[in-house]
Amino acid sequence: MEDVLSGRGLTIGYDGRTVSEHLDVRIPPGSFTAIIGPNACGKSTLLRALSRLLKPAAGEVFLQGKDINSYPTREVARQLALLPQTSTAPDGITVADLVARGRFPHQSLLRQWSEADQQAVDAALAATGVQDLADRTVGELSGGQRQRVWLALVLAQDTPVLLLDEPTTFLDIAHQLEVLRLCRGLHRTGNYTLVTVLHELGMAFRFADHVIAMKDGRIVAQGSPAEIATPELMKEIYGIEALVIPDPATGGPLVVPLEPEDLGSGGTGPSRGHLHGPPDTGAPRTGISPQSGIPAPLTEGAPA
Amino acid sequence: MSALNTGPARTRTLALGPVRLRYRRRTVVTGALLAAAAVVLDIAGMQTGTIALAFGDVLGAVFGQGEGKTLKVVQKIRLPRTVTALGVGACLGAAGATFQSISRNALGSPDIIGFTTGAATGAVAQIVLFDAGPGATALAAIAGGLLAAGVVYLLSLSGGVTGGYRLVLIGIGVGAMLAAVNTILLAKGDSDLAAEAHLWLSGSLAARNWGHAVPVLIAVALLLPVLLGLSRNLNQMEMGDDAAQALGIRTERTRIIAMAAAVGLTAVATAAAGPIVFVALAAPQLASRLTRSPGVHIGTGALMGAVLVAGSDLLSQRLPIQAAIPIGLMTGLVGGVYLLWLLTRSKQV
Repeated sequence: MEDVLSGRGLTIGYDGRTVSEHLDVRIPPGSFTAIIGPNACGKSTLLRALSRLLKPAAGEVFLQGKDINSYPTREVARQLALLPQTSTAPDGITVADLVARGRFPHQSLLRQWSEADQQAVDAALAATGVQDLADRTVGELSGGQRQRVWLALVLAQDTPVLLLDEPTTFLDIAHQLEVLRLCRGLHRTGNYTLVTVLHELGMAFRFADHVIAMKDGRIVAQGSPAEIATPELMKEIYGIEALVIPDPATGGPLVVPLEPEDLGSGGTGPSRGHLHGPPDTGAPRTGISPQSGIPAPLTEGAPA
Repeated sequence: MSALNTGPARTRTLALGPVRLRYRRRTVVTGALLAAAAVVLDIAGMQTGTIALAFGDVLGAVFGQGEGKTLKVVQKIRLPRTVTALGVGACLGAAGATFQSISRNALGSPDIIGFTTGAATGAVAQIVLFDAGPGATALAAIAGGLLAAGVVYLLSLSGGVTGGYRLVLIGIGVGAMLAAVNTILLAKGDSDLAAEAHLWLSGSLAARNWGHAVPVLIAVALLLPVLLGLSRNLNQMEMGDDAAQALGIRTERTRIIAMAAAVGLTAVATAAAGPIVFVALAAPQLASRLTRSPGVHIGTGALMGAVLVAGSDLLSQRLPIQAAIPIGLMTGLVGGVYLLWLLTRSKQV
């Protein structure tokens, strides 16, 4: 099946500073893709290039197989929605009016509203759980509520592809879960392809089904969370030692960062907590590779 | 129950055949009231002067009925003056609203981006250095203003995009330099010519005839619809360039066209009546507080500007003071007082 969104040979950057060169990326259709990587690795730059907000110095971005620049920008807005990192709500605007702004690509100067617009806005307000806030001004809402309102705007745009740039940064854990559960719900309907830039590794591995790991403007690895969540990749991308164990709640991979104290010295093992060997998650793994070189017998079950 | 039909301040839809337009009732009512106020102030203005006229006589004379003398006074002298006042107010109100929206700054106005000071430089230079008459002054004002605005725009471009704050800051800088140039020209010039230049700088509606009014009307008829048509785009752009582009708007193109139209309106207004600064700043703010709606207020800003200038003109003519008060001072007084009153009434700025 053709990729819904892809980039080939992308060289992108800002003001003469190149962030990525000759980058190839594929977003599988119907996937929930998370782009992860250290600060300033080019995650947001890549997302902006894919959403045609950033013009690549070289290379092309393809939407549904055609060059994204060959579509009128309004047509792109009907296929692809972007939740930017920072947006400002105009002073005094109500939640309902702000979400209604998302319908802009479907409207024109003489057709400024329609039944379809009304239904899309109502559905978006309901899906994000902000329908009771519809008449409040956006300025008086909390951070979590505001983020949900922006998400509702993007949902009202009614596009098969959703790009979300750090949608959960600055949200508390409850709201992070809420937003990502909403995304997962959309993903499960099978009608959406989602691409999010996420800082929180735990959230990325829990919710996404496809992970793209970047470092220094390059894609270091891409694949399922199980394939990406490995100590070797964590070391390569973030420069940290880490343990990967099965998440007790979901069974998926859980990355546990290790500090120098945890690695112990002289082969006597870790100095705090209990550590068992790496879980059998089916991925090729060489075991914990701290300097102490603990052999890793596979023990099952929780500590006594 | 649809979420957009609850609560008092809701946006409604007007259906005219296949056309669907969005409006807010408060905005429409405010606009209608402002328009009515403008008309009343207009006619009251035409009643004033060395010959006092009755309301009915004036109304009749506007439409061509009445005795010869009344007809002549109204149609040749007073009507063009009030039409110029309304037109200049509308131009400045709409231009101010546009710049404030684009720069996302309540202080954004043609004055701020160096336009008005540039127009002043052009006019003062013409009067003091060449003294080629009022027509040339008007042209020089337009040229000076456009040049200054162009320089500010180019300087604030970065990576092909202008930024809100950058525009304002560079405008202030260029304006400051041009103000210095104006001061030098005024100080160095012949004292009679300098006095004439000073007079031009305060703005005036005295002795405005159809030669002044008609260009203003043409500008309003051509450029105001352009801005009204762009207001949907400008509203979206208030959410930030990223969000607007993601919704399919070509933001830089919209900005350029809107700024060009706003500069054009300001240029014509300045050429007709000299720089009347406070209107472009205050009228959109007043309109926004009266309509209590977000977004750019092109239409209501224009109407508010017209009311402001017409009202100020009426006041300056009716005041029992022998000296003629320049319109610019009057609009500053009236607009300033009204704005302060509105600000102190509302809980939020």
